[in-house]
Amino acid sequence: MIPVAFDYVRPESVDAAVALLGERGEDASVLAGGHSLLPLMKLRFAAPELLIDIGRLEELQYLRLDGDEIAIGAGTRHTTLEASELLDTECPLLPAVARTVGDPQVRHRGTLGGSLAHADPASDLPAAVLALDGTVVLRGPRGARRVPLTGFYTGVFSSVKEPDELLVEVRVPRTGAAGWAYEKFTRRANDWAIVAVAVVDGWVGLVNMGPTPLRASATEAALAGGASIEEAAALADEGTDPPADSAGSTEYRRHLARLLTRRALTTAGR
Amino acid sequence: MKVHITVNGVPADTDVEPRLLLVHYLRDTLGLTATNVGCDTSSCGACTVLVDGESVKSCTVLTVQADGTDITTLEGLSPSPDELHPMAAAFRQEHGLQCGFCTPGMVMAAVGLLEEHPRPTEREVREGLKGNLCRCTGYHNIVRAVLRASGQDPDAAPDLVAPGFSTGSGT
Repeated sequence: MIPVAFDYVRPESVDAAVALLGERGEDASVLAGGHSLLPLMKLRFAAPELLIDIGRLEELQYLRLDGDEIAIGAGTRHTTLEASELLDTECPLLPAVARTVGDPQVRHRGTLGGSLAHADPASDLPAAVLALDGTVVLRGPRGARRVPLTGFYTGVFSSVKEPDELLVEVRVPRTGAAGWAYEKFTRRANDWAIVAVAVVDGWVGLVNMGPTPLRASATEAALAGGASIEEAAALADEGTDPPADSAGSTEYRRHLARLLTRRALTTAGR
Repeated sequence: MKVHITVNGVPADTDVEPRLLLVHYLRDTLGLTATNVGCDTSSCGACTVLVDGESVKSCTVLTVQADGTDITTLEGLSPSPDELHPMAAAFRQEHGLQCGFCTPGMVMAAVGLLEEHPRPTEREVREGLKGNLCRCTGYHNIVRAVLRASGQDPDAAPDLVAPGFSTGSGT
């Protein structure tokens, strides 16, 4: 399968990439690892006129402590998250979830920023960052702004990021020793999650339970109010709108969300 | 667009269209046809090559993205047919193939795996190769071959075998 012809540029800096987006944002797509974008282009579901390749920008590849948070450059690859001792100590949910993404070849290419910006509700990392109450930093011609992930997604493959904005950084809190777990249910080894549940410190993120990654708000409220794991997990599908497809019906996904939330909360210690 | 790519130790400057996929550059431009196109959707791993030592699926990489890199395909792995790379030799010894279509990608993924995990358990081999599909379902001997290539005897180390899996020994 061959993509529609396009122009390709590899800007030398984030400033140059943002300037290009300012001029051509409506016609352009940002390319990092390309493992979501290129399949869409090969299937001709996407046909951008210009690809802006930020995959080599070292200024987007970092992982560092910043006060109570960890700042992660958007171009940080999954394989780097997996191997990060800093994250293993300060935010162990994130590398654990990164290890479940796709397969090693995909993780050598894919980036955290790309996964979050792509806004696929079946992706692993958006729900994990959502459970962490993380924030993304967007840069555009009007400057930079921080958007909490709870307010970032607006629908399937869509977010509040404007076409002329670049996702440059992901910020997650240092969760340290707080209990965490990631329960991902698939039928075959490198499938997308039919449903997955990320838990950290009593916060719960859901994969593939609606048009966007979601928080299991009813479960979180019940836990905060002193409910048992069983009581809280029974509410995990409240307020969700799961899809029905060949992998499972709506009701099956609701069942999985409740079951996997119970397992994840149990593993996490609540 | 001009790219400078080194494949199997041979550098080349080529003018390519931005939409040319790396796998087509390898197969059609350079004539290196060991790397196969299987699913063409980055699921099956038949197109796996090493880019700067890391396994990637070349059907989902643009040639322009590989500008300046050093690529190894199956053709560049073994010095000669009489002097096989340890992974290729292990695949032969353990009969880690049936029809052979997945084999180039499987071998390159396995080489990449051992770069990162020099002595993997059986479970780690299976996890590490989960991006490579063998439609003959010949996984059993492939896993044995990778354990062999890592210097481990798949028959003599029962502790390598994770619950729910078995390489079996035939005895």
